[in-house]
Amino acid sequence: METPEQIKARIEQTLPPVKLDILPNECPAGERALLVEAGRAFDVAKFLRDDAQLRLDYCSNVTGIDWPETVVKTKVKKKMLVEGAEKEVEETIETLRSGHLEVAYHLYSMALKHGPVVLKLRTENRADQTHLPSLTPLWRGAEFQEREIFDLFGVVFDGHPDLRRILMWDEFKDFPMRKDYVAPDDLEYEPTPHDEVLDAAKKHYPAEAKPEVKAEVKA
Amino acid sequence: MSPFAAMPPKSFEVKPKLDESGTPIGELLEISMGPHHPSTHGVFRMDVVLDGETVVKLKPVFGYLHRNHEKIGENISYLSSMPYTDRLDYLCSMTNNWAYALTVEKLAGLAVPERAEYIRVIMAELTRLQNHTCLIGFFVQDMGALGTPMMYAFREREKILDLFESVSGARMMCNYMRFGGVRVDVSDEWLAQTKKVVSDYGKFLDEFGTFLTENEILLARTQFVGVLPKELAINASITGPMLRAAGVNYDLRKVDKYGIYSRFDFKVPLGEHGDIYDRYMVRVLEMRESIKILEQALRGIPAGPIMDPKSKLRGFRPKAGEVYGRIEGPKGELGFYLISDGSPNPYRYRVRPPSFINLTILEDMCLGHKISDAVVILGSVDIVLGEVDR
Repeated sequence: METPEQIKARIEQTLPPVKLDILPNECPAGERALLVEAGRAFDVAKFLRDDAQLRLDYCSNVTGIDWPETVVKTKVKKKMLVEGAEKEVEETIETLRSGHLEVAYHLYSMALKHGPVVLKLRTENRADQTHLPSLTPLWRGAEFQEREIFDLFGVVFDGHPDLRRILMWDEFKDFPMRKDYVAPDDLEYEPTPHDEVLDAAKKHYPAEAKPEVKAEVKA
Repeated sequence: MSPFAAMPPKSFEVKPKLDESGTPIGELLEISMGPHHPSTHGVFRMDVVLDGETVVKLKPVFGYLHRNHEKIGENISYLSSMPYTDRLDYLCSMTNNWAYALTVEKLAGLAVPERAEYIRVIMAELTRLQNHTCLIGFFVQDMGALGTPMMYAFREREKILDLFESVSGARMMCNYMRFGGVRVDVSDEWLAQTKKVVSDYGKFLDEFGTFLTENEILLARTQFVGVLPKELAINASITGPMLRAAGVNYDLRKVDKYGIYSRFDFKVPLGEHGDIYDRYMVRVLEMRESIKILEQALRGIPAGPIMDPKSKLRGFRPKAGEVYGRIEGPKGELGFYLISDGSPNPYRYRVRPPSFINLTILEDMCLGHKISDAVVILGSVDIVLGEVDR
């Protein structure tokens, strides 16, 4: 099968102007992903599906990845003059990586039995601009998986035929697979609280309603 | 090929049938089937709209067993997820273990010793045997053959579960594989016992086949019911016996040749029509092929170590990177997608559950059929809700 570079070159030749990046993957057995800008993702995906050499007719896996805003530390070795002599000094560079949500599509070909090509899409941020084009019109197999990503990560897929929550209930408000999700503490339902559970559950009890245990006095 | 995929049917615009003058005959009936219905194979619900007895709309509803398996996987170490994968598809814990171990081995670059590879193949094929046997029992029960066929199926399944129990300590939650090998070695007595179970299994399949395969009622209920066309099956990412029943030759044991499957001589049974009968028949023939693989593996298993000496249980931190690994589970392609950031816990832990994705086209298959057929169609999909809901 073609390498990501060859696929990238052919897409840029056929569908200009489209911006594509190849994401590095430090794992030698893993695949490097093609990062596509959201605006052209549908066209690129359609090319990948219908191209005679690739024929990626099978969209195996669709998944979301949450990348919150973080400080990335990279160590760079620099040659510097220290007390007259040249020495190698390690320097840490801190860069702020903006937060975004990522969706990865693992595409295979059942006709030609090759793959995978990993297609990645990124949202602008994690707060208000979380829209991405849906690829369900191309691969029906993405229907439930995109619904799951909408449910658990909060990515809104434009063009999806039936975008509803799928695993959580409809009234649920949060997105549990995000890294900053805090599970609600349901300790008021704890029937026999003790030790640290009791300490955590105490704040749920109203102060005056503490059950008082009275010793029965026998006459 | 059409420019767009087959979109889900616009069933929300349903109207009752009209007579010649254009007035509707009768009313539509909306019923909620499940979640505690015996034929839904767990806590699964179908919102069905019926016109008379004909299904005009069907929306699957699930998530009753949702525990966010993927989030839990991100909060615990790599090895701690291993017993948890047993609980995904609780009928086939061995193949779940293998899929996860295979992905982590790909990520960390571990090799698996020869003997462990053979043991894995034996376990996976035994799992396939008992899963398909179970499924046929359940699915015949869905058609109204209450009790007896399922008891026969469960009698055979229990023999295989006894083998699992004697080697791993548990019938169903085996937790048997480790990164770079398997947890405990199998003894010669165990291999001899397995050989006996495998050689007797063909007789059971013959017996089961005499009762079912040419049974008039089974033929009437299954042939040309719930037909899944080839193009739709590929486009909707259907995998496993359902895909092969539609006539697509795609078996990961042949395509990816993971493990040591390239050494065994076996065929991939294919269906022709994509109906329920083909799905049943593909599973029966797959069991015959599994027996062939098992016989070859039991003959060829070498002596030797069962763990890669490089693999370590404590302080396991694979290098950063991402990887997608998949195997042919009894229900379809079971995949794991892992992203490591160099810490002891995976950054992203994703399960690609075959039964969840195979449910995508449940409505397409059921539309126009009777409600009693919808039950059988669901049975032929082969779902386990522990995996669907995760």
